[in-house]
Amino acid sequence: MNAVENTCVTEDLGGYALVRVGGEVDLSWSQKVRDAILAALRGGDVGVELSRVAYIDSSGIAALVEGFQTARGKGRRFALIAASKPVLAVLQLARLDKVFVLFADVEAARAG
Amino acid sequence: MTSASAPLIDVTKLEAWYGRRRILNGVDFAVNAGEIRVIMGGSGSGKSTLLRHLLGLHKPRSGTVRLLGVDIARASERELLAVRRQIGVSFQGGALLTSLSVGDNVALPLREHTNLDEATIRIMSRLKLEVVNLGGFQDLMPAQLSGGMVKRAALARAIAMDPKLLFFDEPSAGLDPVVSAELDELILRLRDALRMTIVVVTHELESAFKIADSITVLDQGDILMTGTVDAVRHCDNERIQDLLNRRPREIQVDADAYLKRLTEEAA
Repeated sequence: MNAVENTCVTEDLGGYALVRVGGEVDLSWSQKVRDAILAALRGGDVGVELSRVAYIDSSGIAALVEGFQTARGKGRRFALIAASKPVLAVLQLARLDKVFVLFADVEAARAG
Repeated sequence: MTSASAPLIDVTKLEAWYGRRRILNGVDFAVNAGEIRVIMGGSGSGKSTLLRHLLGLHKPRSGTVRLLGVDIARASERELLAVRRQIGVSFQGGALLTSLSVGDNVALPLREHTNLDEATIRIMSRLKLEVVNLGGFQDLMPAQLSGGMVKRAALARAIAMDPKLLFFDEPSAGLDPVVSAELDELILRLRDALRMTIVVVTHELESAFKIADSITVLDQGDILMTGTVDAVRHCDNERIQDLLNRRPREIQVDADAYLKRLTEEAA
């Protein structure tokens, strides 16, 4: 498998913040993902795009959980978009696939 | 740092002694990334001694133990710490700190070894309790847990840091068959979801056959074989078949060594 660069970029889609995460999300930089998600939630609804995540550990999952909980507190929508297989495997391990709102693509998440 | 193909564990010609008893007779042992390796053997086979050397709790009398590319007998404190951060151990008796709640036990490695935000630590440690089916039990004290719960809490603590390498000593010992089967299932899922390399020490055949990619059979300090589950099941080595069929072993007696042990003043 080709290594995917670790990236976390936020795009403003007009009132909807899309946080695109890629690479191997682990303890070494997951706090950046957390900060990006929490910063995005200061705006409006948030989607986290995860199709290019090759690995995520529980610190990365914790960032998603904290984002989701914060969004609920603020009455915002928070969705995981196009979660890759490695992400789904970890979500399923902790049964979080039944907790998060998952969408196949950005359009569905925004409409959702 | 190890290359992608180098084994995560690489033991060569490891000898171990307790007093004048040689426990490991120069064993070679290697485990690759992503593998679930079961170390099997009866009481006194040397499997716990091998495990203690793998964890760096004992220094080898001779031979080398390399973990994640680091020779742990010759590593600096800093190198050892870096290795230990990537290793999780679930001890047979749990080894939970009795003065800390279950949640604090699981969070302990994260608090000791990371600078993560406390909210992240709380979520990570509770997530691990969910994974081992102890969700919501974080405020209980270890003394309030059943044997199976202690085992699962110890596993949650062992995986708190998402280790690359997980050691699990006798996961099934003392557990009822259902809990034991659940733990076996969990070990498989941990490997697949969190990409862990896992070494399990056990004498439970059923568990070993269910989870192992490969099995190392130890007997009286020697590795009798390392092979797939099928290879071990069908091998024609008499000692291995004795172990598989639970036949008592014939203990070899070296008359000279025996008499020396009984009679020498300085043993």
